[in-house]
Amino acid sequence: MELHRKKHGFSNWLIHLWFIVFSLFCIIPFLYVISISFSKETDIALHGYQLIPKTFTTFAYEYLFESPKVLISSYLVSIAVTVLGTILSLIITAKLAYVLSRKDFRGSKPMSFFVFFTLLFSGGLVPWFILIKNFLHIDDTILSLILPYVIMPWHVLLMKGFLSDIPPALIESGKIDGAGEWRIFYNIILPISKPAMATLGLFIAFVYWNDWYLALLYIDSPNLVPLQYMLYRIMNNIQFLSTSLQSGNISIDLSKMPNETARMAMAMLAAGPILFVFPFFQKYFIKGLTVGAVKG
Amino acid sequence: MGNMADHSVLKLEAPVGIEKRKRKGFLREVIRNRGIISLAIPGLLFVIVFYYLPMFGLVLAFKDLNFSKGIWGSDWVGFNNFKFFFTSDAALEVTRNTIVLNLSFIAITNIMAVAFALLLFELSRKAVKLYQTTIFFPYFLSWVTVSYVTYALLNPELGVINHLFKMLGWEGISWYFEAKYWPFILSLAFLWKNVGYSMLIFYTGLLAIDKTFYEAAAIDGASKWQQIRKISIPLLTPLITLIVLLQIGRIFYSDFGLFYFLPADSGALYSTTDVIDTYVFRALRITGDTGMATAAGLYQSVVGFALVLTVNLIVRKFNKENAIF
Repeated sequence: MELHRKKHGFSNWLIHLWFIVFSLFCIIPFLYVISISFSKETDIALHGYQLIPKTFTTFAYEYLFESPKVLISSYLVSIAVTVLGTILSLIITAKLAYVLSRKDFRGSKPMSFFVFFTLLFSGGLVPWFILIKNFLHIDDTILSLILPYVIMPWHVLLMKGFLSDIPPALIESGKIDGAGEWRIFYNIILPISKPAMATLGLFIAFVYWNDWYLALLYIDSPNLVPLQYMLYRIMNNIQFLSTSLQSGNISIDLSKMPNETARMAMAMLAAGPILFVFPFFQKYFIKGLTVGAVKG
Repeated sequence: MGNMADHSVLKLEAPVGIEKRKRKGFLREVIRNRGIISLAIPGLLFVIVFYYLPMFGLVLAFKDLNFSKGIWGSDWVGFNNFKFFFTSDAALEVTRNTIVLNLSFIAITNIMAVAFALLLFELSRKAVKLYQTTIFFPYFLSWVTVSYVTYALLNPELGVINHLFKMLGWEGISWYFEAKYWPFILSLAFLWKNVGYSMLIFYTGLLAIDKTFYEAAAIDGASKWQQIRKISIPLLTPLITLIVLLQIGRIFYSDFGLFYFLPADSGALYSTTDVIDTYVFRALRITGDTGMATAAGLYQSVVGFALVLTVNLIVRKFNKENAIF
């Protein structure tokens, strides 16, 4: 293969060129967002958005942090939802997936059908919305941001794929030693499934962190607005940002408000954590995705 | 689940009351497996509450919801909600948009992803990692964040694209008021966010191909292009077919965030950007027409389900192994 590759040096360069161009296509639009967030509002009004700021300034960020109450509250909501949701979802999903992966348990097949049928048919948005709002009465609470995503059939499927690799002899030996099912799960299955749990945990955390949908449907209280939904409301109405900033007891001259730059700075603050963990994420994501693709 | 009874026991006993014994066998089975079943119970509860209970709510499609009477007490209205939905122009429009846009996403993204995977396969591991990371990166942004990116590009006065147009001496375009451009914009945005993910899946498929095929072909003097045509593509075809068919099975459902955030809910763009999901959402949350929203949702669920079943049948014909059920 190596020998062969050298003979095609030129076409290889073409391939590299193509990927470099496409990589730029993937990155440059986002670089604009970063650049705008570090630009001066007046420069933007004069010259439009620039890939490199004419005058570099962190004013938009300082402005956002002047009255950080809203920002901090959104961060706290997102963090709380992500942490609590991930722990709850991870444990419950892993247990269910483990039961479905146990071939020696006769109920695993009908149970699998019961769980995965929901991938094929659903009641749709309206009944789901009414259930949460009018029957469970958890709308406008933090529970409405967590509970609906605790079990996602796709995550169960993924975890089942991981767990079906566990040799049955291992479970058998636990049984012979007289361990109950719960002990087998906690003392044998969980310790050897750490990589799988890490992957699944990242998938779940990613879903919770990036979610705006549940907030869009159920949240009215300003102090329960997660980051992504906050970002949407700002996009919809930049005034929202100024009015909520004013509620922090600092009067702000609206004409001095850095509309465009603050907007993009806000986008950066919401996307930031993802950017930082992305390289770490990617490794586990690839692992999970490929398992899903091959086995799912 | 009656067949879970132990057959050897059944054979020994007289045929009287087989049903009863079957049930007894089932109960015994449950008791015997109570440990493992109890592990599954929390998960199953969530499945029942959040996935199965809403299915009963679908009766709302045939009712005029009145909260004071409750869901079951509300008046039946037969197919009125459906009549209302299907006789409006919206039904045709949102169905067309959903199908056309999703087909365009499936075609563009998969063709590009397969091409990328094949090209990537020619490069060294180090280069693969670099390109993969940059192309995969947008996948991790939420649609809300992506809507900021498109806003930076499309903003009529300040945006990058109109700025570029001005430099070229062209007229700027009011992107958020011109519906005709949006099928392309949405397709590009979808490609931008998702091509890395699909590319990765196909690339993994290529890695799974036996290396000796290529070695043998190279010894026989096959060119790179011949190897791609005669080895890579044929061996990748089952995976491509499976993924495309799965996506076609979900063609009635759309990525809500893409259609809701990117066009900034601009009414001028509905004619090309409004899909079933956004229509149902607006009917529920903005106009408050619960009956019609449920009817439209039921239409989506039923047609979507029929599509999945059809697609599964086709997959089974091709390759039984790959069938979903």
